[in-house]
Amino acid sequence: MAIGLGCTARPGKSRDNRTGSWRVFRPEFTAEKCTKCGMCKIICPEGCIGEDEEGLPVPDYDYCKGCGLCAEECSSEAIEMKKEEK
Amino acid sequence: MLEIMEGSHAVAEAVGYCRPQVIAAYPITPQTHIVEALADMAANCKIDAEYITVESEFSALSACLGASAAGSRVYSATTSQGLALMFEVCFNCAGMRLPVVMSIVNRALGAPLSIWNDQQDSISLRDSGWLQLYAEDNQEATDLHYLAYRVAEDHRILLPAFVCFDGFILSHTYEPVDMLTQEQVDGFLPPFRPYQKLDAADPISFGLFASPDYYMEFRYAIDQAMNRARTVIPEAGKVFSEMFGRDYSGLVEEYRLDDADCAIVAMGSICGTVKDAIDDMRNEGKKVGLLKLRAFRPFPVNEVQKALKGVSTVAVLDKNISLGSKGAVALEVRDALYGTQIPVHDFIIALGGRDVRKKDIAAVVAHAEAGKGDTYYGLREEVLK
Repeated sequence: MAIGLGCTARPGKSRDNRTGSWRVFRPEFTAEKCTKCGMCKIICPEGCIGEDEEGLPVPDYDYCKGCGLCAEECSSEAIEMKKEEK
Repeated sequence: MLEIMEGSHAVAEAVGYCRPQVIAAYPITPQTHIVEALADMAANCKIDAEYITVESEFSALSACLGASAAGSRVYSATTSQGLALMFEVCFNCAGMRLPVVMSIVNRALGAPLSIWNDQQDSISLRDSGWLQLYAEDNQEATDLHYLAYRVAEDHRILLPAFVCFDGFILSHTYEPVDMLTQEQVDGFLPPFRPYQKLDAADPISFGLFASPDYYMEFRYAIDQAMNRARTVIPEAGKVFSEMFGRDYSGLVEEYRLDDADCAIVAMGSICGTVKDAIDDMRNEGKKVGLLKLRAFRPFPVNEVQKALKGVSTVAVLDKNISLGSKGAVALEVRDALYGTQIPVHDFIIALGGRDVRKKDIAAVVAHAEAGKGDTYYGLREEVLK
């Protein structure tokens, strides 16, 4: 972050700032258990869960802060929060 | 040309000559006459300004903040409770480095409800990053607006500014005012040249998030701009005095202080009464002088040190009280004189509009010379029992 007068910034700061570095617990997805309900995608406050061609969830770990909401809400327990070693 | 004008109307006319592009304000006693007059001027196309009617002071200053960020010269005016409601936006204007100019028609804060004058409202915003200038009379109140815009918009400063003058005592009083013409004001105050602005074609965001790693540096930057204002205000004041003959080249003004034993330090309209009281005391052989503070933010530390160097007693008149401590002006004067042996006596005076007469000033001087300071002057005796 550059120190601009008046704390101003050009667009794109939240893209440039890779908040995934804040994460302590990492959500891990088990494709076999997933029913493709899409709840994890909807509930993610960062909007960083996408999906592949088969409709399975694909997290973007560059921006996932590890809040755990997806794992909490997943009705088929297909998401597990695992302590991340860095 | 000298005209007999109500303070509020003189200020409104002066503001009009500053060519504000956006005005947003909410009426509140004793400030109402200013924005009423400006609303008239805008409605009758006497000024080319967008006048935004809003539902509160919070919205008024928020509209000004947005308009200033979009590159407009903006104006607002408020007082007391209205300023209190603007608290959050005041800090944001300074943090985003937006040169908003706002008249503060000084009034006491509730409770108890009071519409009368003291300076508690603007003093309570002393840490918000706004420049604070105080006027002694209606002439100075009008002139300080031209000065405030010029200094606030200077790219070395880029800070918002309060022009403070006492409610009713100045705002509702008719006095002769030498009003500049539009051409004269245009000659002193160039059009607003924003340092940066909101522009859909070249997007930018103002006042973003700063983590603990960066926040402190932004506060430091405001403080540095305040420090630069210590030279930029006198610089602009000197240009003004060369152009129009009224001298605002000092952050402070001295009155019969050269050989004074006792110095009174004060801000605002009370200085007029103090000058008259000093003349009377001088006639009786008492060497008393006045140090009038025109700027409270930035605080003129060096000027205060220099002006009070030779005096043996200082009496500060504080139209405010930092409850649980002292008057805000006395604290700063004492800080400026730290390391000297000059006693600084604080007098909390005229809160909530209590009248101050010449004999009260003489009494304050007598108290100070007897070493009896740090007190409220003129309290009703029943509260002391």
